[in-house]
Amino acid sequence: MAKIIDMPKLSPTMEEGQISAWHKKEGDAIGVDDLLAEVETDKATMEFRSFDKGTLLKILVPDGSIVKLGQPVAIVGNAGEDISQLVASAGGGAAAPAPAASPPAVSPHVESPQKAAPAEGAPAKEPAQPAPAAAAPAPATAPAQPAPPPPGGRVRASPYVRKLARERGLALGDIAGSGPHGRIIAKDLDGKQPVARAAAPSAAAQGPLREPESKPLSMMRKTIAKRLTESKQTVPHFYLTIDIDADPLHALRERVNEDLASAADPNDKNAPKVSFNDLVLKAVAIALTRVPAANAQFTPEALLFHQRIDISVAVAIDDGLITPVLRDADKKSVLTIAREVRDLAQRARAKKLKPEEMMGGTFSVSNLGMYGIDEFSAVINPPEGAILAVGQVRREPVVRGEEVVPGRRMAMTMSCDHRVIDGAVGATFLKALRGLLEHPGQILVL
Amino acid sequence: MTAMKSVRFREAIRMGMVEEMERDDRVFIVGEEVGHYQGAYKVTEGMLDKFGPKRVIDAPITESGFTGISIGAAMVGLRPIVEYMTWNFSAVAFDQILNNAAKIRQMSGGQLHVPIVLRAPNASAKQVGSQHSHAMEHFYTHVPGLKVVAPSTCADAKGLIKSAIRDDDPVLYMESETLYNLKGDVPEDPEFLVPLGKANVVREGGDVTIISWSRLVHISLQAAEQLAKEGIDAEVIDVRSLRPLDEETLVASVTKTHRAVVAYEGWPYGGVGAEIVDRIQRLAFDDLDAPIERVTTLDYPMPYNAKLEQFVIPNVERIVGAAKRVAYRSA
Repeated sequence: MAKIIDMPKLSPTMEEGQISAWHKKEGDAIGVDDLLAEVETDKATMEFRSFDKGTLLKILVPDGSIVKLGQPVAIVGNAGEDISQLVASAGGGAAAPAPAASPPAVSPHVESPQKAAPAEGAPAKEPAQPAPAAAAPAPATAPAQPAPPPPGGRVRASPYVRKLARERGLALGDIAGSGPHGRIIAKDLDGKQPVARAAAPSAAAQGPLREPESKPLSMMRKTIAKRLTESKQTVPHFYLTIDIDADPLHALRERVNEDLASAADPNDKNAPKVSFNDLVLKAVAIALTRVPAANAQFTPEALLFHQRIDISVAVAIDDGLITPVLRDADKKSVLTIAREVRDLAQRARAKKLKPEEMMGGTFSVSNLGMYGIDEFSAVINPPEGAILAVGQVRREPVVRGEEVVPGRRMAMTMSCDHRVIDGAVGATFLKALRGLLEHPGQILVL
Repeated sequence: MTAMKSVRFREAIRMGMVEEMERDDRVFIVGEEVGHYQGAYKVTEGMLDKFGPKRVIDAPITESGFTGISIGAAMVGLRPIVEYMTWNFSAVAFDQILNNAAKIRQMSGGQLHVPIVLRAPNASAKQVGSQHSHAMEHFYTHVPGLKVVAPSTCADAKGLIKSAIRDDDPVLYMESETLYNLKGDVPEDPEFLVPLGKANVVREGGDVTIISWSRLVHISLQAAEQLAKEGIDAEVIDVRSLRPLDEETLVASVTKTHRAVVAYEGWPYGGVGAEIVDRIQRLAFDDLDAPIERVTTLDYPMPYNAKLEQFVIPNVERIVGAAKRVAYRSA
């Protein structure tokens, strides 16, 4: 008996997914757990595996389609079965409308951080109840509706629409197309307003302004935009900055790396090495054990004080940024941290992180030192309570005793959610952190 | 104001030929049954009496022979009109048309012209079977050196046959058996000419352009009426001249409507319709809101069975369907 296969929930926060590639084609026999397709979710590219055995009778949505959770993507059954009814009931596949997503709200159901459940601390705006509530299938008879343009994919528009868009200054990226395959057709432009353009700087400017290149939003870009806007608009940030004497940290790092190198095979490219960031991560973890009030999260019902130190490490990747989580950082050696962070970053760039590796952080560290940034302020990564923005180690004249001598300094700014971390708590945490980083021997042994 | 006369399509062609034969005594007509029998479809009725057997010549059943002789006559200064019983039979004269009529001017370096008109009914009639229902314009428009016209109205029938006769190079003139009884007003002015290479907008509209010629223009106009009832305002263009093709009129219309359907008799593979689609997509690319659709004879030899024949030939329903699809109204 043939059945419709729906888009599954492949990450806890996923609301829709983009089929990056089908791995089976119509007519292929499939077994349980066979790889059907790869799906780009808001977090990563996930494998979409079969729960059924049979024949892939029909692919309802082509590569590149964006499909809401619970919408039909394929029909599986026995070879030769009549599936016309099912195809009809599946409606327009990806083009069918999805119910509005649940309104973003901090869930009252977030589990107590005391329980080390894998889903805890998941981004708070996703209700923790099971998926079906957010994934009710669209009415089976729904007519095909305008589909949003595929993120990262080419905007489909008729040549006439492209001409009109040029003439009227319309951006096609966010216009839903009602034509076949989501093609934007002339009537879809009815009532659309031009994108805002900078006023001509002077009367001397001649001719029309060059159009910007329009690039549709990727799933990741949408997630970044949504989460960080929400953070900056709803979380009352304040900022505390310290500038530490980095000479001891520099000396320690030199020493440690020399010693590590002496024990390693000189041809081993993966020989162990520690970075400033690895040392900072460990120091942050220790400081959080000393000032647990800084390892906290706000919810409307209660303040949550985490019983674990899981640090989200911001990693820049090709078209965005991702924050894999370093678990139990306080219990790991600097070398272990170095190894794990390197692995997480590599897999983040390859988009191969599992969703659970990107959630449940309790505190974030973002380091732009390698880009030559002296100091910056970061946006809090909800639902966490704070983020530490780390700058580069600067060579500069410093005062020692009554003398000015060459030295090293390093600035870091902590952004705090004032609803849960007050100024004094943040300052106490930074004092502990300074103490560790300026006397870094502790970092190695604690 | 030009005096008009209401005539049938076959008479309009005859009027044009008679006027030109009166105007220029180099013009003569040759073909099977054009004289004593008064024409297989009575197009040449009365012409033998009027012009005598030297200018209205009954030919034996040898299309290749009388086409070749006529091409020779044209090369040395006469202006023959060759009537085939239908364009299907021109197939046996294809070598003469392809290799002599179309080539002499180029191969003689312009020393010789072939001012000949080849004319006959074309495409489907009523149950004449697969060998007698060919839309031959698709074969001949392929050839540089040939001009091909296909009128749909009585006035154009007269105006185009006159321009064809006056042209100094071969013109293939395609009629339709189903149009011979059509009645329409024709200007009596002997200098009324319809130029070669000019299309005609026969119905103005803003939503979709339906492009066709010959018999299908009338079917397209019916389709436009039907579309109007559904709120789609169709413009209908009678191409009239298939080679040379009036790109300007086609592009102007599509620039206005942004959607086009080409409806004609003939198989879907290649042909004049595909040529028109190519020109439009190339010249009006930025004005297209939908892929251009074609409504053609289905890709089969014409069935003899009357119902199947009507199924295979383009009809109002299929044109309406295509117009709705390009206008993104579900069809």
